[in-house]
Parts: sequence; structure tokens; C-alpha cells
Amino acid sequence: MSEELKDPVKMIVTPVRCEYKFTPGFASQKFLRAIEKGKIFGQACDGCGKVYIPPRGACGRCGRATNLEVELKNTGTVVSYSVIRVPSENISVELPYVAASIVLDGADISIITLIQGCAYDEVRIGMRVEAVWRPEAEWGPSLNNISHFVPIDEPDVPFEQVKELS
Amino acid sequence: MRKVAVVGYAQTPNVRTQLYQNEVEMLLSIIPELYETSGFNKDDIGFTCSGSTDYLSGQAFSFVMAVDALGAWPPINESHVEMDGAWAMYEAWVKIQTGEVDTAVAFSFGRSSMGDPAETMILQLDPYTLAPLGPDAPAVAALQARALIDSGKATERDFAEIAARSRRDAKNNPQAQLKGDLDVDALLAEPYMASPLRKHDLPPITDGACAMIIAAEDVIDKAAKPPVWITGLEHRFDSHQLGGRDLTISPSTQAAGEAAGVNKGKIDLAELHAPFSHQEIILKQALGLADDVTINASGGALAGNPLMCAGLARIGEAYRQIQDGKGNRAVAHATSGPCLQQNLVCVLEGQS
Repeated sequence: MSEELKDPVKMIVTPVRCEYKFTPGFASQKFLRAIEKGKIFGQACDGCGKVYIPPRGACGRCGRATNLEVELKNTGTVVSYSVIRVPSENISVELPYVAASIVLDGADISIITLIQGCAYDEVRIGMRVEAVWRPEAEWGPSLNNISHFVPIDEPDVPFEQVKELS
Repeated sequence: MRKVAVVGYAQTPNVRTQLYQNEVEMLLSIIPELYETSGFNKDDIGFTCSGSTDYLSGQAFSFVMAVDALGAWPPINESHVEMDGAWAMYEAWVKIQTGEVDTAVAFSFGRSSMGDPAETMILQLDPYTLAPLGPDAPAVAALQARALIDSGKATERDFAEIAARSRRDAKNNPQAQLKGDLDVDALLAEPYMASPLRKHDLPPITDGACAMIIAAEDVIDKAAKPPVWITGLEHRFDSHQLGGRDLTISPSTQAAGEAAGVNKGKIDLAELHAPFSHQEIILKQALGLADDVTINASGGALAGNPLMCAGLARIGEAYRQIQDGKGNRAVAHATSGPCLQQNLVCVLEGQS
């Protein structure tokens, strides 16, 4: 090793900061304004009719616009889940907890959420769940208005049907 | 080599801030037009390539979401470059040369309005020794402009004349953002933004998207309009280290131009990607363009500069001008990186 490399520079300071002013575009605007009022709106493809949430304006399958707005229910079906046993800075629930992919009734793609209100080992694919909203005073233009989902007393959706959803 | 032609091009209007459309929605507003006017449709496309950068609007993997606008089911053959869309078109052209596909879409999008593009561009500089000093895009370009003046190759009046001509020509381009008649003496009385550059020497901040279809000779019968053939396509780059270059010349543009055969025939018109007015002088010299060549009839990047699109747009504008009978042989140029670091040259020819 040469003389110079005996005392290697291990750190330099390179300040990097990027600030952005978010403009949502048409589809996201509609979704964000609706969820601000406690309503979940997806959009349906002009071609195949599949319903997207949150909508971004296009059907990724057809490459067509999603012009038809569709109000979705607060209920849905678990299509996949994972039991989380490591802490995360952003999530303050007790360990272990369940992160799940659920498809809201009337939607064709899933959203990621937390499942609470039951033991973590009771969560299963096909389980029926319902959204629990935060107090109205805390609502903003965000899917985060929904705190988590809880199980509801309905029969599980058979796996064959779940497969079509996920 | 397979003969490949541009068979379609569409772009959004260049606007300062696109409030009503996200990236996907901007693309959705032009893709149907692209298919309708080209004669090719979604099922004909063998390869899709985009050029964009997530830094512009601060959205990770925005190019993956953008593919929604083209429809990706059944799964499509797709790629992306973190460069101007002109390089996406290059990759598409290479893909066609391999024989694997016959038709390809190249597209790009940029919503600069959501961030501060002058600041964002600092991130493309060497991160250890240059970026920490914080020179923004106009400051870096101004170093090049100053060197050009000091070398005796140009004056501030030359810069202002280029800006005035670009804005005047942009009056004929319905998709241009800045257009109008500017008085050169009045421009020279304006204050400096980053001396020797004034506001008119800088590109506007622009939101926009564009898309192009290119196709091999074998499938050209499907084309709805006369094809415009790509008879030369090359790209080269200079050192990333600004201090290691003579900023008053562009050896990479010259090398790409020679390899692409720019001067193997008479050039009727040129679309040069010169985001800063003085760069047109460097590019014109590097490509050896004669004084009678019409440069940037569209108004060029000074009339609308959607980052990541403005290079592909030069190829698109040259294609349109040949379609419109403004000339038969054109050179289009795209640049990327600080002070014309990377350069792509495309020769386009109509009916021979």
C-alpha cells in the first residue's frame, strides 16, 4: 500500500436535496379528493372494464384511458399476506403484525394494508375484511385515512376465486 | 444493415406546468394519435423503449408506471434508458437491427414543473468533486458560453440572434411554449441570469411527452404515410469531467456526425438540441452545416424544453418537416449531460 492510502478518506459531505411540488393529474386528483371525504373511488378501463385503485388514468393491460369512476365498498378479500416480525420506523403497531394485499369489492387490483382485530395466525387468503377509518378530523387526501382492516363475519372466498383477483 | 424508417410521431404541446395530466395521462393523450397516424397499432409493436429520469418529478420507477399508457398485456418486450428519448429510439433501432423485431415504439416524458430542474441537474455532475460545489445547469452552461466568447468564436449578440430567430420560428409551431418577435437590442439590454447568458439564452421549464414509431423495410407497407428513412444514426460522448474538455468544441458531435454520414449528401434542414443558445453555434460547427441549412424551424429547445424529450422531439420535428415537404434530407441531433457531453446524430431522408 502506498503512503497516501494509509490514511484513506472515509467520508466527504455532498449535500443533496431535491424538493418537489406535487401535481396529481386528473385521475389521482379525483381519487385523492374523494378519499379526503371518506369515499373510495376507483376508475374502470374504457376497454376491458377492469377497475383500478388508486387510479392513475390508464389501464396497464389495454393501454386505454380509465374514464368511468366507480365507487368502491369498504369491504374486501385478503389475496396475500405476510406476518411481520421486525420493527419498521413507519409502522407503530405491536409485533408481530400482518401486512396484507386485499382486493376491495368491485376492484380488480389489490391495495396493501394492515390487518388488525384478530390474532396474526388467524389471517388467511380468502378472508373477508372491512376498512377501519381514522377519526374524520385526521382525514387528508391520502389512502392513509384508512388505518387498517378488520375481519368480518362472512364466509371465506374460495381460493379459485381469489386466484382470479390476485 | 436493415433499412429502418420513422413511420409516426406525436407529442404533447410544450407547457410550463401540466396541472391536469400525470405522466401516464400525458402519454395517453398522444399514443392513440401515434397509432392512428402511423398505420401501426399496439399489436404490431415488437419492442418498446422509454427515456426518462425519476429525478425530475421525484417518483421512483415512474417509467414503469408510464408503460400503462401503452398497454403491457400480454407482457411486452420493453426497456428503458435514463437518457433522453433519442437514446431510447437508438436502442429500438439496434433491436430492429438484430432482427428480433420489426417495429418499435420509443417514447419519453418529463414533468420538470414538479421540481427545480436547474438544481436537479447538479446531480448529473461528478458527485465527489464537482456536485458539492453546487453549480446549477445555467451556471455550467455559462462557463461554456464564456469560453466560446473568449475564444473569439461568438458574441453575446450571436446568442441573442439565435434566441430571437428560435422564438420567431416557433410562431409556426402550434406545440411551442415560447414564441414571438423579440428585438435583439432589447434582449441585450436585459440583465444576466448567469453571465454571459441572459434569460432568452436559457431554455424554458417545460412539461411534455413524445412518442415515435420506427419500422423495418420488411413491414413498411403498413405505413399510413410515406416513411422517412433513418440513413445514419450514431452517438458518441466526451469526458464527464468538464475541466478535461475544450468546451468551445464538441468532438463527440463531430465524430457522431461523421460516422452517421451527415455530409455524404446535401443537408436541407437541421433540428439541433441546443438547450442554451450558444450551443447551437458549437453544434453547427461540429456538424459542418452550411449557412443555407435551416436550423430549428420548430423553434428548438429554446421554444420548449421538456427534459428527456427535447432530443427525441428534434428527430420528430425533422421527420415532420420532411413529411411537410420542407426538405428531403435532414440531420437531427440530441444531447445529454452537462455542456453537450453526450451527443446523438440522426440523418433522415424522405423519398430518394
